[in-house]
Amino acid sequence: MSSALSGATIDAARPAPPEGRRPRRARRTTPRNTLGRGAGLGLGIAMVWFSILVLLPLSAVVAAAAEGGWGNYLDVLRNDQTWAAVTLTVGQAALVTVINIVVGTVIAWVLVRDRFWGKSLLDVIIDVPFALPTIVAGLVLLSLYGPNSPMGVHWAFTPNAVTLALAFVTLPFIVRTVQPVLEELETDVEEAAASLGAGRLTIFRRILLPSLTPAIAAGAALSFARAISEYGSLVLLSGNKPFETEVVSVRVLTFIENGSNASAAALASIMLFVALVVIVALDLVQRRVARRW
Amino acid sequence: MVRTSLPVRWLLRLIAVGYVFLLVAWPVGLLVKHTFADGGSFLSDALSDERVLDALQLTAVVALWAVVINLVFGVTISILLVRYEFPGKRVLSALIDLPLSVSPVVVGLALLLAYNGRNGWFGPTLEDNGVQLIFNSPGMIMATCFVALPLIIREVVPVLHEIGDDQEQAARSLGANAPQTFWRITLPSIKWAVVYGVVLSLARSVGEFGAVKIVSGNITGRTQTATLMVEAKYQNFQQDTAYAISFLLILVSIACLVVVALLRPKKDH
Repeated sequence: MSSALSGATIDAARPAPPEGRRPRRARRTTPRNTLGRGAGLGLGIAMVWFSILVLLPLSAVVAAAAEGGWGNYLDVLRNDQTWAAVTLTVGQAALVTVINIVVGTVIAWVLVRDRFWGKSLLDVIIDVPFALPTIVAGLVLLSLYGPNSPMGVHWAFTPNAVTLALAFVTLPFIVRTVQPVLEELETDVEEAAASLGAGRLTIFRRILLPSLTPAIAAGAALSFARAISEYGSLVLLSGNKPFETEVVSVRVLTFIENGSNASAAALASIMLFVALVVIVALDLVQRRVARRW
Repeated sequence: MVRTSLPVRWLLRLIAVGYVFLLVAWPVGLLVKHTFADGGSFLSDALSDERVLDALQLTAVVALWAVVINLVFGVTISILLVRYEFPGKRVLSALIDLPLSVSPVVVGLALLLAYNGRNGWFGPTLEDNGVQLIFNSPGMIMATCFVALPLIIREVVPVLHEIGDDQEQAARSLGANAPQTFWRITLPSIKWAVVYGVVLSLARSVGEFGAVKIVSGNITGRTQTATLMVEAKYQNFQQDTAYAISFLLILVSIACLVVVALLRPKKDH
Protein backbone atom coordinates (compact mmCIF):
# COMPACT_ATOMS: atom_id res chain seq x y z
CA MET A 1 0.00 0.00 0.00
CA SER A 2 2.97 2.23 0.53
CA SER A 3 3.02 3.16 -3.08
CA ALA A 4 -0.50 4.40 -3.04
CA LEU A 5 0.05 6.49 0.01
CA SER A 6 2.82 8.51 -1.34
CA GLY A 7 4.13 9.77 -4.56
CA ALA A 8 7.72 9.00 -3.85
CA THR A 9 7.47 5.74 -2.06
CA ILE A 10 7.92 3.31 -4.84
CA ASP A 11 10.89 4.90 -6.44
CA ALA A 12 12.42 6.31 -3.31
CA ALA A 13 11.90 3.23 -1.26
CA ARG A 14 12.99 0.36 -3.39
CA PRO A 15 16.35 0.07 -4.96
CA ALA A 16 15.54 1.04 -8.51
CA PRO A 17 15.15 -2.15 -10.52
CA PRO A 18 17.59 -2.47 -13.39
CA GLU A 19 14.78 -2.05 -15.88
CA GLY A 20 13.87 1.19 -14.21
CA ARG A 21 17.29 2.50 -14.96
CA ARG A 22 17.59 1.43 -18.51
CA PRO A 23 15.50 4.23 -20.01
CA ARG A 24 17.63 6.75 -18.14
CA ARG A 25 20.73 5.57 -19.91
CA ALA A 26 18.98 4.83 -23.15
CA ARG A 27 17.36 8.23 -23.33
CA ARG A 28 20.33 9.73 -25.08
CA THR A 29 20.54 7.10 -27.80
CA THR A 30 16.90 6.30 -28.62
CA PRO A 31 14.65 8.79 -30.36
CA ARG A 32 12.79 11.05 -27.95
CA ASN A 33 9.45 10.01 -29.28
CA THR A 34 8.67 6.30 -29.57
CA LEU A 35 4.90 6.59 -29.78
CA GLY A 36 3.23 4.61 -32.55
CA ARG A 37 -0.08 5.68 -34.01
CA GLY A 38 -2.19 3.70 -31.52
CA ALA A 39 -0.16 4.77 -28.51
CA GLY A 40 -0.21 8.35 -29.73
CA LEU A 41 -3.99 8.25 -29.96
CA GLY A 42 -4.14 6.75 -26.46
CA LEU A 43 -1.91 9.50 -25.11
CA GLY A 44 -4.04 12.11 -26.84
CA ILE A 45 -7.30 10.85 -25.32
CA ALA A 46 -5.70 10.46 -21.91
CA MET A 47 -4.32 13.99 -22.07
CA VAL A 48 -7.71 15.43 -23.09
CA TRP A 49 -9.31 13.78 -20.06
CA PHE A 50 -6.43 14.84 -17.80
CA SER A 51 -6.82 18.42 -19.02
CA ILE A 52 -10.59 18.46 -18.55
CA LEU A 53 -10.31 16.94 -15.10
CA VAL A 54 -7.16 18.47 -13.63
CA LEU A 55 -5.29 21.02 -15.70
CA LEU A 56 -8.14 23.28 -16.84
CA PRO A 57 -9.88 23.50 -13.46
CA LEU A 58 -6.59 24.21 -11.70
CA SER A 59 -5.78 26.88 -14.29
CA ALA A 60 -9.20 28.36 -13.59
CA VAL A 61 -8.17 28.73 -9.95
CA VAL A 62 -4.90 30.40 -10.89
CA ALA A 63 -6.66 32.66 -13.40
CA ALA A 64 -9.33 33.68 -10.91
CA ALA A 65 -6.62 34.47 -8.38
CA ALA A 66 -4.56 36.42 -10.91
CA GLU A 67 -7.56 38.50 -11.96
CA GLY A 68 -7.44 40.34 -8.66
CA GLY A 69 -3.70 40.93 -8.98
CA TRP A 70 -1.29 41.27 -6.08
CA GLY A 71 -3.74 43.56 -4.31
CA ASN A 72 -6.15 40.65 -3.98
CA TYR A 73 -3.49 38.44 -2.38
CA LEU A 74 -2.51 41.21 0.02
CA ASP A 75 -6.13 41.84 0.99
CA VAL A 76 -6.74 38.18 1.63
CA LEU A 77 -3.59 37.67 3.68
CA ARG A 78 -4.00 40.94 5.59
CA ASN A 79 -7.35 39.76 6.87
CA ASP A 80 -6.65 38.85 10.52
CA GLN A 81 -8.88 35.81 10.50
CA THR A 82 -7.27 34.40 7.37
CA TRP A 83 -3.78 35.08 8.67
CA ALA A 84 -4.65 33.32 11.94
CA ALA A 85 -5.86 30.33 9.91
CA VAL A 86 -2.66 30.28 7.86
CA THR A 87 -0.36 30.41 10.89
CA LEU A 88 -2.42 27.78 12.72
CA THR A 89 -2.37 25.44 9.72
CA VAL A 90 1.34 25.80 9.01
CA GLY A 91 2.24 25.53 12.70
CA GLN A 92 0.12 22.45 13.29
CA ALA A 93 1.26 20.80 10.06
CA ALA A 94 4.89 21.35 11.06
CA LEU A 95 4.26 20.02 14.57
CA VAL A 96 2.50 16.93 13.26
CA THR A 97 5.26 16.33 10.72
CA VAL A 98 7.87 16.40 13.49
CA ILE A 99 5.78 13.96 15.55
CA ASN A 100 5.48 11.72 12.50
CA ILE A 101 9.22 11.83 11.80
CA VAL A 102 9.93 10.49 15.28
CA VAL A 103 7.00 8.15 15.87
CA GLY A 104 6.71 7.09 12.23
CA THR A 105 10.34 6.03 12.12
CA VAL A 106 9.94 4.16 15.42
CA ILE A 107 6.84 2.36 14.12
CA ALA A 108 8.62 1.45 10.88
CA TRP A 109 11.59 0.11 12.86
CA VAL A 110 9.32 -1.93 15.12
CA LEU A 111 7.45 -3.34 12.12
CA VAL A 112 10.65 -4.41 10.36
CA ARG A 113 13.11 -5.39 13.09
CA ASP A 114 10.96 -6.39 16.04
CA ARG A 115 8.88 -9.53 16.44
CA PHE A 116 5.91 -9.80 18.72
CA TRP A 117 2.38 -11.11 18.84
CA GLY A 118 -0.02 -8.90 16.94
CA LYS A 119 2.57 -7.25 14.74
CA SER A 120 0.70 -8.03 11.54
CA LEU A 121 -2.42 -6.49 13.05
CA LEU A 122 -0.42 -3.32 13.78
CA ASP A 123 0.73 -3.39 10.17
CA VAL A 124 -2.88 -3.38 8.92
CA ILE A 125 -4.07 -0.75 11.41
CA ILE A 126 -1.40 1.68 10.12
CA ASP A 127 -3.36 1.88 6.86
CA VAL A 128 -6.73 2.52 8.48
CA PRO A 129 -6.34 6.33 8.45
CA PHE A 130 -5.73 6.16 4.73
CA ALA A 131 -8.79 4.08 3.94
CA LEU A 132 -11.17 5.68 6.42
CA PRO A 133 -13.35 8.51 5.08
CA THR A 134 -12.05 11.74 6.58
CA ILE A 135 -15.43 12.77 8.02
CA VAL A 136 -15.60 9.41 9.78
CA ALA A 137 -12.05 9.97 11.06
CA GLY A 138 -13.29 13.13 12.77
CA LEU A 139 -16.26 11.34 14.26
CA VAL A 140 -14.08 8.47 15.44
CA LEU A 141 -11.63 10.79 17.19
CA LEU A 142 -14.54 12.65 18.74
CA SER A 143 -15.60 9.47 20.52
CA LEU A 144 -12.30 9.23 22.42
CA TYR A 145 -11.29 12.88 22.69
CA GLY A 146 -14.70 14.54 22.66
CA PRO A 147 -17.20 15.51 25.35
CA ASN A 148 -18.06 11.89 26.25
CA SER A 149 -14.47 10.73 26.37
CA PRO A 150 -13.96 7.62 28.50
CA MET A 151 -10.46 8.94 29.25
CA GLY A 152 -11.79 12.27 30.45
CA VAL A 153 -9.85 14.17 27.80
CA HIS A 154 -11.85 17.01 26.27
CA TRP A 155 -9.81 18.14 23.32
CA ALA A 156 -12.66 18.73 20.90
CA PHE A 157 -12.96 22.32 19.65
CA THR A 158 -9.47 23.23 20.90
CA PRO A 159 -6.24 23.56 18.88
CA ASN A 160 -5.29 20.12 20.25
CA ALA A 161 -8.14 18.70 18.18
CA VAL A 162 -6.44 20.03 15.05
CA THR A 163 -3.19 18.31 16.05
CA LEU A 164 -5.06 15.06 16.67
CA ALA A 165 -6.92 15.09 13.38
CA LEU A 166 -3.79 15.91 11.38
CA ALA A 167 -1.76 13.26 13.24
CA PHE A 168 -4.47 10.73 12.47
CA VAL A 169 -4.68 11.33 8.73
CA THR A 170 -0.89 11.60 8.22
CA LEU A 171 0.05 8.55 10.30
CA PRO A 172 0.80 6.16 7.40
CA PHE A 173 3.02 8.45 5.33
CA ILE A 174 6.41 8.19 7.03
CA VAL A 175 5.84 4.63 8.22
CA ARG A 176 5.11 3.50 4.68
CA THR A 177 8.02 5.34 3.09
CA VAL A 178 10.61 4.25 5.69
CA GLN A 179 9.44 0.65 6.12
CA PRO A 180 10.44 -0.71 2.68
CA VAL A 181 13.85 1.01 2.82
CA LEU A 182 14.51 -0.52 6.21
CA GLU A 183 13.49 -3.93 4.85
CA GLU A 184 15.97 -3.68 1.98
CA LEU A 185 18.79 -2.52 4.24
CA GLU A 186 21.43 -5.18 4.87
CA THR A 187 22.25 -5.70 8.51
CA ASP A 188 25.88 -6.66 7.87
CA VAL A 189 27.03 -3.05 7.75
CA GLU A 190 25.57 -2.56 11.20
CA GLU A 191 27.23 -5.79 12.35
CA ALA A 192 30.55 -4.65 10.95
CA ALA A 193 30.22 -1.35 12.77
CA ALA A 194 29.35 -3.17 15.98
CA SER A 195 32.31 -5.51 15.63
CA LEU A 196 34.57 -2.49 15.22
CA GLY A 197 33.32 -1.23 18.55
CA ALA A 198 30.61 1.26 17.59
CA GLY A 199 27.94 1.78 20.21
CA ARG A 200 24.26 1.37 19.41
CA LEU A 201 23.69 5.09 19.29
CA THR A 202 26.62 5.56 16.93
CA ILE A 203 25.32 2.80 14.67
CA PHE A 204 21.92 4.44 14.59
CA ARG A 205 23.33 7.90 13.93
CA ARG A 206 26.10 7.02 11.49
CA ILE A 207 24.66 4.05 9.62
CA LEU A 208 20.92 3.68 9.97
CA LEU A 209 19.89 7.32 9.89
CA PRO A 210 21.83 8.37 6.74
CA SER A 211 20.26 5.57 4.70
CA LEU A 212 16.80 6.38 5.99
CA THR A 213 17.00 10.14 5.58
CA PRO A 214 15.74 10.33 1.96
CA ALA A 215 12.76 8.13 2.78
CA ILE A 216 12.02 10.13 5.93
CA ALA A 217 12.27 13.35 3.93
CA ALA A 218 9.88 12.06 1.28
CA GLY A 219 7.41 10.91 3.92
CA ALA A 220 7.72 14.19 5.79
CA ALA A 221 7.01 16.21 2.64
CA LEU A 222 3.89 14.18 1.92
CA SER A 223 2.77 14.34 5.51
CA PHE A 224 3.22 18.12 5.58
CA ALA A 225 1.36 18.58 2.29
CA ARG A 226 -1.51 16.41 3.47
CA ALA A 227 -1.69 18.19 6.83
CA ILE A 228 -1.81 21.63 5.20
CA SER A 229 -4.66 20.60 2.93
CA GLU A 230 -6.74 18.60 5.41
CA TYR A 231 -10.41 19.41 5.67
CA GLY A 232 -12.81 16.51 6.27
CA SER A 233 -11.52 15.21 9.59
CA LEU A 234 -11.57 18.71 11.10
CA VAL A 235 -15.20 19.54 10.32
CA LEU A 236 -16.76 17.81 13.31
CA LEU A 237 -13.73 17.68 15.59
CA SER A 238 -12.33 21.19 15.65
CA GLY A 239 -15.54 23.22 15.58
CA ASN A 240 -13.92 25.64 13.11
CA LYS A 241 -13.71 28.52 15.58
CA PRO A 242 -12.24 31.63 13.95
CA PHE A 243 -8.81 32.59 15.37
CA GLU A 244 -8.65 29.37 17.31
CA THR A 245 -9.25 26.16 15.38
CA GLU A 246 -10.01 27.39 11.88
CA VAL A 247 -7.64 26.05 9.23
CA VAL A 248 -6.93 27.30 5.70
CA SER A 249 -9.20 24.77 3.95
CA VAL A 250 -12.14 25.87 6.06
CA ARG A 251 -11.31 29.50 5.25
CA VAL A 252 -11.38 28.69 1.52
CA LEU A 253 -14.72 26.97 1.94
CA THR A 254 -16.15 29.96 3.80
CA PHE A 255 -15.03 32.23 0.96
CA ILE A 256 -16.71 29.92 -1.56
CA GLU A 257 -19.93 29.82 0.42
CA ASN A 258 -19.94 33.62 0.68
CA GLY A 259 -19.52 33.84 -3.08
CA SER A 260 -16.15 35.61 -2.89
CA ASN A 261 -14.49 33.36 -5.42
CA ALA A 262 -11.55 35.71 -5.96
CA SER A 263 -10.48 35.48 -2.31
CA ALA A 264 -11.06 31.73 -2.31
CA ALA A 265 -8.97 31.39 -5.47
CA ALA A 266 -6.16 33.54 -4.03
CA LEU A 267 -5.89 31.39 -0.91
CA ALA A 268 -6.36 28.19 -2.91
CA SER A 269 -3.61 29.15 -5.35
CA ILE A 270 -1.20 29.59 -2.44
CA MET A 271 -2.11 26.08 -1.25
CA LEU A 272 -1.68 24.84 -4.79
CA PHE A 273 1.77 26.42 -4.92
CA VAL A 274 2.76 24.61 -1.71
CA ALA A 275 1.52 21.34 -3.22
CA LEU A 276 3.60 21.96 -6.35
CA VAL A 277 6.71 22.70 -4.28
CA VAL A 278 6.23 19.41 -2.45
CA ILE A 279 5.82 17.52 -5.73
CA VAL A 280 9.01 19.04 -7.14
CA ALA A 281 10.90 18.37 -3.91
CA LEU A 282 9.74 14.75 -3.98
CA ASP A 283 10.85 14.40 -7.58
CA LEU A 284 14.31 15.69 -6.65
CA VAL A 285 14.61 13.36 -3.64
CA GLN A 286 13.45 10.50 -5.83
CA ARG A 287 16.15 11.20 -8.41
CA ARG A 288 18.86 11.53 -5.77
CA VAL A 289 17.88 8.23 -4.22
CA ALA A 290 17.71 6.52 -7.60
CA ARG A 291 21.21 7.74 -8.40
CA ARG A 292 22.62 6.43 -5.14
CA TRP A 293 21.54 2.90 -5.83
CA MET B 1 21.91 -8.87 13.54
CA VAL B 2 23.01 -6.22 15.99
CA ARG B 3 20.95 -6.86 19.08
CA THR B 4 19.05 -3.99 20.54
CA SER B 5 18.97 -4.13 24.31
CA LEU B 6 15.75 -5.44 25.76
CA PRO B 7 14.60 -2.24 27.52
CA VAL B 8 15.09 -0.19 24.34
CA ARG B 9 13.23 -2.79 22.32
CA TRP B 10 10.32 -2.75 24.75
CA LEU B 11 10.30 1.03 24.89
CA LEU B 12 10.11 1.34 21.09
CA ARG B 13 7.47 -1.37 20.92
CA LEU B 14 5.45 0.43 23.58
CA ILE B 15 5.70 3.77 21.76
CA ALA B 16 4.61 2.25 18.45
CA VAL B 17 1.74 0.18 19.79
CA GLY B 18 0.60 2.81 22.29
CA TYR B 19 0.55 5.60 19.72
CA VAL B 20 -1.39 3.58 17.16
CA PHE B 21 -3.76 2.27 19.82
CA LEU B 22 -4.58 5.71 21.22
CA LEU B 23 -4.80 7.40 17.85
CA VAL B 24 -6.53 4.77 15.71
CA ALA B 25 -7.56 1.48 17.30
CA TRP B 26 -9.33 2.71 20.44
CA PRO B 27 -11.27 5.55 18.77
CA VAL B 28 -12.47 3.26 15.95
CA GLY B 29 -13.42 0.61 18.50
CA LEU B 30 -15.39 3.17 20.50
CA LEU B 31 -17.35 4.25 17.46
CA VAL B 32 -18.28 0.66 16.70
CA LYS B 33 -19.33 0.29 20.34
CA HIS B 34 -21.51 3.42 20.09
CA THR B 35 -23.18 2.01 16.99
CA PHE B 36 -24.19 -1.14 18.83
CA ALA B 37 -24.91 0.58 22.15
CA ASP B 38 -28.56 -0.17 21.57
CA GLY B 39 -28.08 -3.68 20.30
CA GLY B 40 -27.97 -2.80 16.62
CA SER B 41 -31.22 -0.84 16.47
CA PHE B 42 -29.35 2.30 15.30
CA LEU B 43 -28.18 0.34 12.32
CA SER B 44 -31.55 -1.15 11.45
CA ASP B 45 -33.26 2.23 11.97
CA ALA B 46 -30.78 3.90 9.66
CA LEU B 47 -31.11 1.20 7.04
CA SER B 48 -34.89 1.53 6.97
CA ASP B 49 -34.62 5.28 6.34
CA GLU B 50 -35.19 5.99 2.66
CA ARG B 51 -32.91 9.05 2.69
CA VAL B 52 -30.03 7.04 4.10
CA LEU B 53 -30.49 4.35 1.48
CA ASP B 54 -30.53 7.01 -1.24
CA ALA B 55 -27.28 8.45 0.07
CA LEU B 56 -25.63 5.04 0.24
CA GLN B 57 -26.78 4.24 -3.27
CA LEU B 58 -25.48 7.56 -4.60
CA THR B 59 -22.11 6.94 -2.95
CA ALA B 60 -21.94 3.51 -4.56
CA VAL B 61 -22.81 4.84 -8.02
CA VAL B 62 -20.35 7.76 -7.84
CA ALA B 63 -17.57 5.56 -6.47
CA LEU B 64 -18.10 2.87 -9.10
CA TRP B 65 -18.03 5.34 -11.99
CA ALA B 66 -14.95 7.05 -10.59
CA VAL B 67 -13.14 3.74 -10.17
CA VAL B 68 -14.00 2.57 -13.69
CA ILE B 69 -12.84 5.84 -15.25
CA ASN B 70 -9.65 5.87 -13.18
CA LEU B 71 -9.02 2.24 -14.06
CA VAL B 72 -9.08 2.88 -17.81
CA PHE B 73 -7.15 6.15 -17.53
CA GLY B 74 -4.69 4.75 -14.98
CA VAL B 75 -3.73 1.65 -16.93
CA THR B 76 -3.39 3.63 -20.17
CA ILE B 77 -1.18 6.31 -18.61
CA SER B 78 0.93 3.74 -16.75
CA ILE B 79 1.73 1.84 -19.93
CA LEU B 80 2.47 5.08 -21.80
CA LEU B 81 4.75 6.34 -19.02
CA VAL B 82 6.73 3.12 -18.74
CA ARG B 83 6.87 1.71 -22.26
CA TYR B 84 7.15 4.83 -24.41
CA GLU B 85 9.29 7.92 -24.71
CA PHE B 86 7.67 11.22 -25.58
CA PRO B 87 8.34 14.89 -24.95
CA GLY B 88 7.00 16.13 -21.64
CA LYS B 89 6.95 12.68 -20.07
CA ARG B 90 8.64 13.73 -16.86
CA VAL B 91 6.36 16.71 -16.39
CA LEU B 92 3.33 14.51 -16.91
CA SER B 93 4.65 11.94 -14.47
CA ALA B 94 5.08 14.64 -11.81
CA LEU B 95 1.70 16.24 -12.55
CA ILE B 96 -0.05 12.89 -12.12
CA ASP B 97 0.96 13.02 -8.45
CA LEU B 98 -0.48 16.48 -7.95
CA PRO B 99 -3.95 15.30 -6.84
CA LEU B 100 -2.33 13.53 -3.88
CA SER B 101 -1.26 16.78 -2.29
CA VAL B 102 -3.99 19.16 -3.44
CA SER B 103 -6.57 19.95 -0.80
CA PRO B 104 -10.04 18.50 -1.51
CA VAL B 105 -11.41 21.99 -0.98
CA VAL B 106 -9.15 23.33 -3.72
CA VAL B 107 -10.26 20.48 -5.98
CA GLY B 108 -13.87 21.44 -5.39
CA LEU B 109 -13.17 25.11 -6.02
CA ALA B 110 -11.27 24.31 -9.21
CA LEU B 111 -14.12 22.27 -10.67
CA LEU B 112 -16.59 24.92 -9.55
CA LEU B 113 -14.67 27.72 -11.27
CA ALA B 114 -14.33 25.75 -14.48
CA TYR B 115 -17.74 24.16 -14.81
CA ASN B 116 -20.38 25.99 -12.78
CA GLY B 117 -23.37 27.00 -14.88
CA ARG B 118 -23.44 30.67 -13.95
CA ASN B 119 -19.97 32.07 -14.56
CA GLY B 120 -17.65 29.08 -14.96
CA TRP B 121 -15.26 28.84 -17.90
CA PHE B 122 -17.24 26.12 -19.66
CA GLY B 123 -20.34 25.81 -17.47
CA PRO B 124 -22.70 28.14 -19.36
CA THR B 125 -21.83 26.61 -22.74
CA LEU B 126 -22.34 23.11 -21.40
CA GLU B 127 -25.59 24.05 -19.72
CA ASP B 128 -26.93 25.60 -22.93
CA ASN B 129 -26.41 22.16 -24.42
CA GLY B 130 -28.25 20.51 -21.58
CA VAL B 131 -25.23 19.27 -19.64
CA GLN B 132 -25.14 20.17 -15.97
CA LEU B 133 -21.98 19.09 -14.19
CA ILE B 134 -21.92 21.09 -10.97
CA PHE B 135 -24.55 20.33 -8.30
CA ASN B 136 -25.16 17.12 -10.20
CA SER B 137 -23.70 13.62 -10.20
CA PRO B 138 -21.27 14.04 -13.16
CA GLY B 139 -19.49 16.79 -11.23
CA MET B 140 -19.33 14.60 -8.16
CA ILE B 141 -17.88 11.76 -10.21
CA MET B 142 -15.26 14.17 -11.59
CA ALA B 143 -14.32 15.37 -8.10
CA THR B 144 -13.98 11.78 -6.95
CA CYS B 145 -11.91 10.87 -10.03
CA PHE B 146 -9.62 13.82 -9.33
CA VAL B 147 -8.78 12.86 -5.75
CA ALA B 148 -8.27 9.16 -6.53
CA LEU B 149 -6.45 9.72 -9.83
CA PRO B 150 -2.87 8.64 -8.99
CA LEU B 151 -3.70 5.56 -6.90
CA ILE B 152 -3.88 2.97 -9.69
CA ILE B 153 -0.97 4.52 -11.59
CA ARG B 154 1.19 4.43 -8.45
CA GLU B 155 0.56 0.70 -8.10
CA VAL B 156 0.94 -0.28 -11.75
CA VAL B 157 3.99 1.77 -12.83
CA PRO B 158 6.56 0.02 -10.57
CA VAL B 159 5.27 -3.41 -11.56
CA LEU B 160 5.51 -2.55 -15.25
CA HIS B 161 9.10 -1.43 -14.65
CA GLU B 162 9.87 -4.63 -12.81
CA ILE B 163 8.54 -7.11 -15.36
CA GLY B 164 10.30 -5.43 -18.27
CA ASP B 165 9.14 -5.74 -21.84
CA ASP B 166 10.89 -8.95 -22.92
CA GLN B 167 7.70 -10.98 -23.05
CA GLU B 168 5.84 -8.23 -24.87
CA GLN B 169 8.59 -8.05 -27.47
CA ALA B 170 8.56 -11.82 -27.83
CA ALA B 171 4.81 -11.79 -28.34
CA ARG B 172 5.09 -9.05 -30.91
CA SER B 173 7.90 -10.80 -32.78
CA LEU B 174 5.67 -13.88 -32.98
CA GLY B 175 3.05 -11.79 -34.73
CA ALA B 176 0.72 -10.66 -31.93
CA ASN B 177 -0.88 -7.30 -32.52
CA ALA B 178 -1.09 -4.56 -29.88
CA PRO B 179 -4.48 -5.56 -28.38
CA GLN B 180 -3.44 -9.23 -28.24
CA THR B 181 -0.20 -8.34 -26.52
CA PHE B 182 -2.06 -6.19 -24.01
CA TRP B 183 -4.79 -8.69 -23.13
CA ARG B 184 -2.63 -11.82 -23.16
CA ILE B 185 0.73 -10.62 -21.86
CA THR B 186 0.70 -7.20 -20.22
CA LEU B 187 -2.60 -7.35 -18.37
CA PRO B 188 -2.09 -10.78 -16.74
CA SER B 189 1.29 -9.70 -15.41
CA ILE B 190 0.05 -6.45 -13.89
CA LYS B 191 -3.24 -8.01 -12.73
CA TRP B 192 -2.56 -7.86 -8.99
CA ALA B 193 -1.20 -4.33 -9.08
CA VAL B 194 -4.38 -3.28 -10.89
CA VAL B 195 -6.50 -5.05 -8.28
CA TYR B 196 -4.73 -3.24 -5.40
CA GLY B 197 -5.08 0.03 -7.20
CA VAL B 198 -8.79 -0.54 -7.77
CA VAL B 199 -9.40 -1.51 -4.15
CA LEU B 200 -7.50 1.53 -2.88
CA SER B 201 -9.33 3.82 -5.30
CA LEU B 202 -12.60 2.34 -4.17
CA ALA B 203 -11.83 3.08 -0.52
CA ARG B 204 -10.75 6.61 -1.38
CA SER B 205 -13.76 7.23 -3.64
CA VAL B 206 -16.32 5.99 -1.14
CA GLY B 207 -14.81 8.22 1.51
CA GLU B 208 -14.37 11.45 -0.44
CA PHE B 209 -15.89 14.37 1.41
CA GLY B 210 -14.49 17.87 0.90
CA ALA B 211 -14.41 18.06 -2.88
CA VAL B 212 -17.79 16.37 -3.24
CA LYS B 213 -19.31 18.70 -0.65
CA ILE B 214 -18.44 21.76 -2.73
CA VAL B 215 -19.29 20.31 -6.11
CA SER B 216 -22.54 18.61 -5.10
CA GLY B 217 -24.21 21.51 -3.35
CA ASN B 218 -25.20 18.94 -0.71
CA ILE B 219 -28.86 18.72 -1.75
CA THR B 220 -30.64 16.26 0.54
CA GLY B 221 -32.09 13.31 -1.31
CA ARG B 222 -30.45 14.26 -4.59
CA THR B 223 -26.73 14.95 -4.30
CA GLN B 224 -26.08 13.97 -0.70
CA THR B 225 -23.59 11.11 -0.45
CA ALA B 226 -23.08 8.94 2.60
CA THR B 227 -20.13 10.99 3.91
CA LEU B 228 -22.08 14.24 3.50
CA MET B 229 -24.99 12.68 5.33
CA VAL B 230 -22.75 11.75 8.27
CA GLU B 231 -21.91 15.42 8.69
CA ALA B 232 -25.51 16.58 8.27
CA LYS B 233 -26.95 14.00 10.67
CA TYR B 234 -24.29 14.65 13.30
CA GLN B 235 -24.86 18.38 13.22
CA ASN B 236 -28.62 17.79 13.33
CA PHE B 237 -28.20 15.91 16.63
CA GLN B 238 -29.20 12.65 14.96
CA GLN B 239 -25.97 11.15 16.14
CA ASP B 240 -27.26 7.58 16.13
CA THR B 241 -27.80 7.71 12.39
CA ALA B 242 -24.39 9.37 11.91
CA TYR B 243 -22.77 6.53 13.89
CA ALA B 244 -24.65 3.90 11.91
CA ILE B 245 -23.60 5.32 8.51
CA SER B 246 -20.04 5.78 9.77
CA PHE B 247 -20.00 2.17 10.86
CA LEU B 248 -20.99 1.07 7.37
CA LEU B 249 -18.27 3.27 5.86
CA ILE B 250 -15.71 1.85 8.31
CA LEU B 251 -16.77 -1.65 7.25
CA VAL B 252 -16.17 -0.80 3.60
CA SER B 253 -12.75 0.72 4.22
CA ILE B 254 -11.60 -2.10 6.50
CA ALA B 255 -12.86 -4.66 3.99
CA CYS B 256 -10.73 -2.91 1.34
CA LEU B 257 -7.68 -3.05 3.63
CA VAL B 258 -8.21 -6.71 4.38
CA VAL B 259 -8.53 -7.55 0.69
CA VAL B 260 -5.25 -5.75 -0.01
CA ALA B 261 -3.54 -7.38 2.97
CA LEU B 262 -4.69 -10.84 1.88
CA LEU B 263 -3.69 -10.37 -1.75
CA ARG B 264 -0.38 -8.64 -1.14
CA PRO B 265 1.82 -11.62 -0.09
CA LYS B 266 0.89 -13.54 -3.23
CA LYS B 267 2.72 -10.97 -5.29
CA ASP B 268 5.94 -11.35 -3.34
CA HIS B 269 6.23 -15.12 -3.77
